[in-house]
Amino acid sequence: MKVRIGIGIIVFFSVIAIIGPWLNDLMGIGPWKIDYDAIAEPPGAGHLLGTTSQGTDVLAQMIAGTRNSMVVGSVAGVIGVILSVVVGVTAGFFGGKVDAVLSFVTNMFLVLPVLPLTLIVAGYVQDTGPITIALIIGLFGWAAGARTLRAQTLSLRGRDFVMAMRMIGESKPRMIFVEVLPHLAGWISAMFLHLVLAAILAEAGLAFLGVSSADTISWGTVIDQARQVALLNGMWWWFVPPGLCIALLGTATGLVNFGIDEVMNPRLRTADIKAMRKALA
Amino acid sequence: MPEETPVLAAEDVTKHFDTGRQTVRALENVTLRLYRGRIAALVGESGSGKTTLARLLAQFYPVTSGEIRLRGEVVSGPDKDFYGEVQLVFQDPFASLNSLRKVEHNVRRALKLHGHAADDAAVHELLAKVNLTPAADFARKLPHELSGGQRQRVAIARALAVRPSVLLGDEPISMLDVSIRLDVLNLLARLREEEGLALLYITHDIASARYLSDDIYVMYAGQMVEGGPAESVIQEPKHPYTRLLLDSSPDPERAGGSSAFTATAKLGEPPSLVDPPPGCRFHPRCPFAKEQCKTSFPPRTEFADGSWTNCWLHNES
Amino acid sequence: MILDVKGLNVDYITAKGAVRAVNDVSFQLRRGEILGVAGESGCGKSTLIMALIRLLRPPAAITGGQVWLHPREGEPVDIASRTDRELRRLRWRSMAVVLQSAMDALNPVARLSAQFADVLKEHGYKNTEERTAELLEMVGISPDRARSYPHEMSGGMRQRAMIALALACDPELVVMDEPTTAVDVVMQRQILAQILELRERLGFSVVFVTHDLSLLVELADRIAIMYGGRIVELGDAAEIYRAPRHPYTKGLRDSFPPLHAPVTRLNGIPGTPPDLRNLPIGCAFEPRCPRRFADCAERRPELLTVGDALAACHLHDRERTAHA
Repeated sequence: MKVRIGIGIIVFFSVIAIIGPWLNDLMGIGPWKIDYDAIAEPPGAGHLLGTTSQGTDVLAQMIAGTRNSMVVGSVAGVIGVILSVVVGVTAGFFGGKVDAVLSFVTNMFLVLPVLPLTLIVAGYVQDTGPITIALIIGLFGWAAGARTLRAQTLSLRGRDFVMAMRMIGESKPRMIFVEVLPHLAGWISAMFLHLVLAAILAEAGLAFLGVSSADTISWGTVIDQARQVALLNGMWWWFVPPGLCIALLGTATGLVNFGIDEVMNPRLRTADIKAMRKALA
Repeated sequence: MPEETPVLAAEDVTKHFDTGRQTVRALENVTLRLYRGRIAALVGESGSGKTTLARLLAQFYPVTSGEIRLRGEVVSGPDKDFYGEVQLVFQDPFASLNSLRKVEHNVRRALKLHGHAADDAAVHELLAKVNLTPAADFARKLPHELSGGQRQRVAIARALAVRPSVLLGDEPISMLDVSIRLDVLNLLARLREEEGLALLYITHDIASARYLSDDIYVMYAGQMVEGGPAESVIQEPKHPYTRLLLDSSPDPERAGGSSAFTATAKLGEPPSLVDPPPGCRFHPRCPFAKEQCKTSFPPRTEFADGSWTNCWLHNES
Repeated sequence: MILDVKGLNVDYITAKGAVRAVNDVSFQLRRGEILGVAGESGCGKSTLIMALIRLLRPPAAITGGQVWLHPREGEPVDIASRTDRELRRLRWRSMAVVLQSAMDALNPVARLSAQFADVLKEHGYKNTEERTAELLEMVGISPDRARSYPHEMSGGMRQRAMIALALACDPELVVMDEPTTAVDVVMQRQILAQILELRERLGFSVVFVTHDLSLLVELADRIAIMYGGRIVELGDAAEIYRAPRHPYTKGLRDSFPPLHAPVTRLNGIPGTPPDLRNLPIGCAFEPRCPRRFADCAERRPELLTVGDALAACHLHDRERTAHA
């Protein structure tokens, strides 16, 4: 149940991200359209979530922002996961010198202060769009995952079934892809979700600090703009939706991760209290 | 024991594990030979070095000194040809099969990798050979759908798929339910007959060693203390440790009530292998220990019934 | 008599329904007696003894029957129906437990002395140090080991320490769940010898669960054989070994190759233990039984008197009607 809610929320945002522009056209609203008759208007019939102090529609901005936030999240997630799988699994499976070198690199990335570094890089790169931010976050955020995967691979490598497959002469690539990797699927998906959330939060944080492109809209930029005006004027409808979206997505990834944990570790499965009460009554 | 060349042998093998701060002296000058169509049992308590010896024979790690020989040739390291001849069956059938792969995956890969036909018929034939029938049904099952005994059969089928001449069984039945242990032992005995395999059966259960094997080797704390034809070792144990092992094993025939248990004195426990006692490592627990036992390991004494022991009690000099 | 179990049922309750792991189990335990319980994994033997001392964890729960404990002093108590608080007074003093893995049962970050002191103080012992030393000595551990942590001891020593701890408050009933399965044969024999010796000295009763029937024959006074959640045979230990009445008991006995008697080909018991979620209508052992006949698949045999023992098998129906 928990997992289903989580997946539901994630699917919902993904769909919005994909059909966003079309949805806005359909409703006849747009993130840049200014309605001079409705400036800083609270939610109502004309503008379902109200308007900003410039007279743009908050709902339209949210829909457009979902796409960019999700792009940042998934691009960072994919890059981060690929890096952590390549580095972590290679280090864990081959061990020895390969492991020593890769572990050193991993540890180095682990102690890098990511946020200041991101700020510096973002400052150098002209016009920091969502893809740039996703790249930065993905390239700097894989180390923790790589370390977990290394440890897991190391333990899998010593397991009897891997030894047995080695004894019948299985090749190393097949050993990694057919015997070892499938066992890490839970870890990898949990890691991906974690990276997605971290990237969305980081993007919002960066936007909040002013590091963002002027012509893209994301949940982060909406909050940033709202921060400058809305708080002072009590325009809650401006900053609550983006905040809520981030919180919801965070909850969703958490719920899915709980589910993955339960599947991977049956000990966490709790007894069915309701069934017990009924049976013992 | 026969005069022919052993299929697989450990000759005067020593293994020390270096963990950085300390050295674990797991095996000292151990010799064990496996012959075609014969089953040798290796008996001892945990920490006696049985598993280490099996893993040395299977080339999981190199020897510290001594040699592993395959048909008389010194083996330099594990390669595909070596594993085409030597296979090991693990103790825990829950861990030795990939939980995400079907039964047929294991057998088919082994067949394919060693250049044998790997079609359904070949896979089913192997499964049938280890009594997993109807084979077509079992082939499609996942490990969690099988009982422990069935899993162990799959592991045996996978090992047989490469058509080895030596099968090393590292406590292959100790994790199985009592009622199906004999089934697996009988299967191993049949494979010895039908395929002419050389078998090593490692166990802590000396009664099952007697049931299955032709020869029994007894190890204590990394040293080989006694060996010979199964019946002579069981009925006329020469080494005091073998006798202790036999006296300790449950034997309902002996029970005239429960008196057998109360006779046991407090005999201590096996020593640490980091700092083992000098000489015969059994001497601190041995009721017959002499001065000699504390300083040097005894040479081998051979007996007319084909058995031998390393014990000063049986050495005149 | 110390324990009187009547029609005990234990279910594993899941959302999909209940699975009965212990089914209508009844037996009596005499004072100072060692009762062995043997069977394959999944036969319900461990669940049974956890129910006897009410240490079942959800989703397992007692769903029927009574477990009457008759303490030396005071009224008999039905353990199955008491609250945990009421049971607290009985724990350690009247009943104690020794589990298979001492490593899991002992606290890894506390010295042995502290763990003994915890239990002893709770039950009003003043001089805990002296009592701890006395207990450790009783199981052959030198008292200066009291300052050790569990990981500093060998498996056999930990297991003996667990036995000493179980005996801390001089209980009348000790239940043991495979206490020697994780240790080597030599240590196993020493531990069993100690249990027998202490039983002589202190007079407690034991319910001893194991999969190793050959060991029970030497240890126990009586043996109960479990299959598919039920007791299928119960009788004198030597008698059960010499003349088993249930084909399952016979199969189990013949699963252990002899140590000295001539070796013959043995077959164990073909097939696999029953699925408790889906038991046969008749005898649970019928699908594996070498002596099954028509009745066995249709009616479940009751546990009834056969000679000096109890057995649940239709093979003895004819005998019984002849007597009646």
